[in-house]
Amino acid sequence: MAIQSSPVSRPRGAFWNDAGVRGIVYQIVFVGIVVLVGWYLVSNTLANLHRQNIATGFGFLEREAAFAIGETPIAYSPADTYARAFLVGLINTLEVAALGIVLATILGTMIGVARLSGNWLIRKLTLAYVDTFRNIPLPLQLFFWWAMLRQAAPGPRQAWNLLPDIFVSNRGVVFPVPEYDPVQPWMALALAIGAVLTVLVRRWAKRRQALTGEQFPSGWVGLALILGLPLTVFVAAGMPFALDRPELKGFNFVGGHAISPEFTALLIGLVIYTGAFIAEIVRAGIQAVNWGQSEAAAALGLRQGHAMRLVILPQALRVIVPPVTSQYLNLTKNSSLGVFIGYPELVSIADTTMNQTGQAIEGITIIMAVYLTISLTISAGMNLYNRAVALPER
Amino acid sequence: MISASLRVPFAAVFALAATALFAVAAQAGPTLDKVKQNGIVTCGVSTGVAGFSSPDNQGRYTGLDVDVCKALAAALFGDAGKVKYVPLSAQQRFTALQSGEVDILSRNTTWTLQRDTQLGLNFAPVVYYDGQGFLVAKKLGVKSAKELDGATVCVQPGTTTELNLADFFRANKINFKPVVIEKLDEVESAFFSGRCDAYTTDASGLAGTRATKAPNPDDYVILPEIISKEPLAPAVRQGDDEWNDIVRWVVYALLEAEERGINSKNLDEMTKSDDPNVKRLLGVTPGMGKALGVDEKWAYNEIKAVGNYGEIFERNVGKDSPLKLARGLNDLWTRGGLMYAMPVR
Repeated sequence: MAIQSSPVSRPRGAFWNDAGVRGIVYQIVFVGIVVLVGWYLVSNTLANLHRQNIATGFGFLEREAAFAIGETPIAYSPADTYARAFLVGLINTLEVAALGIVLATILGTMIGVARLSGNWLIRKLTLAYVDTFRNIPLPLQLFFWWAMLRQAAPGPRQAWNLLPDIFVSNRGVVFPVPEYDPVQPWMALALAIGAVLTVLVRRWAKRRQALTGEQFPSGWVGLALILGLPLTVFVAAGMPFALDRPELKGFNFVGGHAISPEFTALLIGLVIYTGAFIAEIVRAGIQAVNWGQSEAAAALGLRQGHAMRLVILPQALRVIVPPVTSQYLNLTKNSSLGVFIGYPELVSIADTTMNQTGQAIEGITIIMAVYLTISLTISAGMNLYNRAVALPER
Repeated sequence: MISASLRVPFAAVFALAATALFAVAAQAGPTLDKVKQNGIVTCGVSTGVAGFSSPDNQGRYTGLDVDVCKALAAALFGDAGKVKYVPLSAQQRFTALQSGEVDILSRNTTWTLQRDTQLGLNFAPVVYYDGQGFLVAKKLGVKSAKELDGATVCVQPGTTTELNLADFFRANKINFKPVVIEKLDEVESAFFSGRCDAYTTDASGLAGTRATKAPNPDDYVILPEIISKEPLAPAVRQGDDEWNDIVRWVVYALLEAEERGINSKNLDEMTKSDDPNVKRLLGVTPGMGKALGVDEKWAYNEIKAVGNYGEIFERNVGKDSPLKLARGLNDLWTRGGLMYAMPVR
């Protein structure tokens, strides 16, 4: 229905025959129906829950959780509330998702570029990798990695000790970490400042190169800033350094930081699975770039590596970024499979809570809201990036 | 007005919405009506707890909880085969019962205050008095649960086990690391592969796991501490007193039969007995069945199908089974246990 808005006066019939008015009326009626159905569903559900004497409401979040969690990046004890338990689950999910996205991108890009290699063996091996890991369901892959990691190493009393203070057992890899010291937040601040300065230096160097043609070693300068500034802060504070070493006490290692086999299995499984998809997307993006571009780059004397980085990939990114955004969202949502292998991420904790309190609907609502927020954030970030790197059409 | 070509689709949409509203508003009838109409009892069981409800290699379910459902079907229909078993994980079990997917949850579920009140459930009489324990490998050299400071413990999520575990370690001021795995097979395999130092669940479950899943049962020991009370009882939905009563008295009849000396072998002779209690129970004197809304031979059919409580116990978890558990608390009150049937009169 086209809305006519010409300034020329036209023969006006009854207003209810006007297509524009009709369009608005239909939309109001439709929205009204949707709201009515939604309100009815919610009130019916609440009435049924009340009739069956099932508790409702989010008040349970302030009750004591009374269950322990295996991996707690922040301090948590069974005396804390359900809300804090959810927070622990959320942080575990974000850890796996963030690391997974970074590693999957690196792996996927490498495999994707390798798929187009001149070397026959590399081409075939990467083809086999992609075809295998794309086609096996993810839960099976996770079980496989988890079983392997559990069987691979012995118990903690016979743990492998290849490097001093680093132990590998079937409870995970445990290694020493520096103990907390007040200088560390300052070092983190120095790192952030170094990163910002690096970005500014690069921008300045690019502008200078565009004007004068002289290159500037902004990469090395950036590295020096990022490593050097925190180091300066550290030295200035008198080099306070103490290691928290893991020791075998009784059943397990105490101290240091442990990476559990559940976390490792989930991370490896997700990275390899999503990496296979990203590899194909990267390959498609590269092949979408006009062959003339790489010929022209070669004619200009650019090395293969430079041609890929400066000519092909920037154009390929336009094709690559939207599907890769979907893969990032898939990876985040697939991290919910951690509940099968014992990794205490958000869905696992929500499941336990739902079972203990009986409030399944509130629990599912929380899970949905959290995943929706994470997914929308990732999409928004990637869309911003997409617009930033998008080359204007010729 | 709205043109003729659009009138029909709009009318259809409105009619559909209206019927949808009315259809959803219709109430579900009481459980007994539904069960009688379908001719089958839908019984929620576990995914494989040895001795309570586990499928054999042909997919047939056996166990103590399974026998309770068989008794219920026999009491209602005279045929213990009229049961549909729905395997449920610990996470799914309550939602399945609340939503009406199963009529009775016979799944070694502990009777607790929160479950009785906030989940909208009612519990039938306890069929097994259990307690939570720990299973450890003998080679760890642990003699008591209080020596488990710093241990890794395998546990299933969403169970009272998880909560009791945290409470026990808190009360004794020792620490532990939980490894929480949902599927029963996976948690048992994680324990036997050495991922955890200890496995905790009800003591009957530990006995079943050790007897059936351990590579060498003699390498494992159940620690002496029983850290909680776990009265296992079947559960039904709140708001259906008729169904609740039937399930309750089906269980009591099994206990009453053992108390009166009735078992599946002497059942027919007992129908000729002069004892008025026996005559009332077996339906020779009518009245009990009518009061419950079932056939007069309800108790007779039950016992014929599965035997009395003692037979059920010995066959599934007692001396005739791999678990070899003693009656202990689950013996009749006349022999010092806790099993006490209300009078069937």
